[in-house]
Amino acid sequence: MTERNPLRDRRDLRLPRVAGPSAMVIFGVTGDLARKKVMPAIYDLANRGLLPPNFALVGFARQDYEDQDFAKTVHDAVSEHCRTEFHEDVWDQLSEGIRYVRGDLNDPEAFQELHRVLNELDQDRGTGGNHAYYFSIPPRFFSVVTQQLQKAGLAASDSGGWNRVIIEKPFGHDLKSAQELNRVVDSVFPPDSVFRIDHYLGKETVQNLLAIRFANNLYEPIWNNNFVDSVQITMAEDIGIGSRAGYYDGIGAARDVIQNHLIQLLALVAMEEPSGFGAESVRMEKEKVLRSMILPDDLDRHTARGQYAAGWQAGVEVKGYLQEDGIPPDSTTETFAAIRIDIENRRWAGVPFYLRTGKRLGRRVTEVAVILKRAPHLPYSDSNSEAKDLGSNAIVFRIQPDEGMTVRFASKVPGTVRELRNVTMDFQYGESFTQSSPEAYERLILDVLLGEPPLFPRHEEVELSWRILDPVLAHWAKQGQPEQYSSGGWGPPSAYRMMSNDGRSWRRP
Amino acid sequence: MIRLENTTGNDIASEISVLRRRMGAPATGMVMTLLVLADETSQADATLAATQAAHEHPMRILVLIPRPDSQFDRLDAEISVGGEDGPGEVVVMRLRGALAQHAGSVAIPLLLSDTPIVAWWPHDAPGVPQEGDIGTHSARRITNAMSESDQIAALKKYAEGYRPGDTDLAWTQITSWRTLLASTLDADHHQIMGAEVHVLWATAAANLLAAWLGSRLNIPVSVVESDGPGITQVRLITTDADITIERPDGKVATLRRQGMPPATIALPRKDWGELMSEELRRLDPDEIYGETLRALDEVGQGSLSLGVVIEENDNV
Repeated sequence: MTERNPLRDRRDLRLPRVAGPSAMVIFGVTGDLARKKVMPAIYDLANRGLLPPNFALVGFARQDYEDQDFAKTVHDAVSEHCRTEFHEDVWDQLSEGIRYVRGDLNDPEAFQELHRVLNELDQDRGTGGNHAYYFSIPPRFFSVVTQQLQKAGLAASDSGGWNRVIIEKPFGHDLKSAQELNRVVDSVFPPDSVFRIDHYLGKETVQNLLAIRFANNLYEPIWNNNFVDSVQITMAEDIGIGSRAGYYDGIGAARDVIQNHLIQLLALVAMEEPSGFGAESVRMEKEKVLRSMILPDDLDRHTARGQYAAGWQAGVEVKGYLQEDGIPPDSTTETFAAIRIDIENRRWAGVPFYLRTGKRLGRRVTEVAVILKRAPHLPYSDSNSEAKDLGSNAIVFRIQPDEGMTVRFASKVPGTVRELRNVTMDFQYGESFTQSSPEAYERLILDVLLGEPPLFPRHEEVELSWRILDPVLAHWAKQGQPEQYSSGGWGPPSAYRMMSNDGRSWRRP
Repeated sequence: MIRLENTTGNDIASEISVLRRRMGAPATGMVMTLLVLADETSQADATLAATQAAHEHPMRILVLIPRPDSQFDRLDAEISVGGEDGPGEVVVMRLRGALAQHAGSVAIPLLLSDTPIVAWWPHDAPGVPQEGDIGTHSARRITNAMSESDQIAALKKYAEGYRPGDTDLAWTQITSWRTLLASTLDADHHQIMGAEVHVLWATAAANLLAAWLGSRLNIPVSVVESDGPGITQVRLITTDADITIERPDGKVATLRRQGMPPATIALPRKDWGELMSEELRRLDPDEIYGETLRALDEVGQGSLSLGVVIEENDNV
């Protein structure tokens, strides 16, 4: 009837894109992720007016709830964890569309019931046959859920609506399992209906990385091996594994963090300029740079892994990994992992990229540090004993906390003759500023509902990252126990060694 | 808070740097300077609203209050830097006596270098906001017809004096209505023949909404009186059943259209702080606002009028 909506105008930038009528089904709705992140994000979207008035939310889990009890649980989770102010009005409107389906993932009848509930919502709420399935469940259940959805007729779009699947990391535990997982999901849902959430990619600072690189003239000319010495990407956590023993043991730091977050960050830092910021062009550039990544030949020299030992961190006595509840005392799972990756292309040949991540480290920080080569000649060098890295500038993107960017450069110490010192110049998204910038999950969920996938890695990317990491994991599997490192520090001795082998050292973040 | 009496713009600037240095935090990371041209009755609310907006947009806020009634020509200032109020800085200045005519001279040394300047008149903006010693420095100028006793006359004045870069908070106030209407028409619907905007009394917001609907959809739109508060209903008249959005309580709206169950959606009226936060998100000219103001011009020519259902337009 209507071809173009005359109320929409490309120049009218105030009007946000609002998701169309739709229902979201959350599997594993009683889990931590659903309660702390997903459902609060849905409320925040509603509060910002970005959800359609007839949006519906269906929880699927084993617990015995009535719709009202379930709404109460969601209410409590949302009011505790939402980012924007909690308004009963908004909540009331949202809660009218909340349903609960109790059942086991193996039970076909529960999926028939889900089908019935969704049909009812399509009728009563007008959700138009558009369904998003959020898999907030361990990956071993993905296969059974996708098959159940297919059998119950919930995967096919007969009524002209769409069916989309949202899955969370880990996307497998090696290349083979990732391919298997992709095969299972892709056999039922077409690739552009599968949204892999890497919440890191929804973060404001990560998006800003592309803006800073490609919207400025200051950085791109030096973004290559003529000027860059090396790049260090760090994601450090100060906490241990907490209650995640069941998930973490056997997975480890490399699979948990490097495979997805760090390699994705690396791709964004190193990729060429995409022809546009649409999903296809960005993905193409990311895939290209992922294909150029190679590991060093000698993995002993250029990788490091470790396990945190009992000790003191920030003034608190903490357990070692092997003493954590639910961890076998002979576990070989690493809680610290560091690897060197090289990129074989014209821009980056000869520039090592160091990736490290760990638990129970000195402090919680995620950053990308681009370290420039030293100035070719330092006229001041004779008088200066202070810093050996003087004149080697660094550009640091702080992903969290204190989101922002720092540039390090040398400056003269006032009052001295020729004394120099490294100083930093800082750009911060002020603290309160980030409070009102949307949480990564909000952006990602909205993108799913709108069907805009630029921030979601496709299965090619996932498989390429595994292809990079697999040899390291295989190598480590032959090494027995990881090295112990003291909690509250910056990792095991081998981590320092892998840098000194290259004549470099880790930045203290 | 530091109070400086009988001071100058330069002294205020150096006092801010002293305060900043003492806190160990230089004035980096601030994204703009906001000039607030207020009077004594509006300054407290306006400062509060600007401070709220500064949570999203760290900025230097300069509140300029002309006091031509004063006997002496002098400048008094209150300075707050950082702290509870957010990352920005607030300077409230009283321009007494003849100084009241020279707000620009006071502001110039206090403008942050190389970042945008936005001017906001919470009340009683000049006829051509872009002219004058404040407006000429500002990339964006924000007026507020909603705080005038005759909102329609005020809006008309701003429409006549419009230059790209101007916006009015009444326009910001209807963003949520416009969003809901636009997403309503994303779905299939019958041809729209006309529309009504129901409102308590003649407000700038209702008129802008009517003008926007009228000019975008090329339909006659009438503004109809209701019991309020604010805008209570928008009705889109189609060749079939009408599409209505009703908001009787100023908070929650109900959308009704054929073949669909009624849907409720939160549509709260926003306070100054929220409006300013939205307003400062974009610093380029709002062309749609400009075009809507031009459509408003037709009000006087009879295609759109207040309180009266108007005749159908010939060109529909």
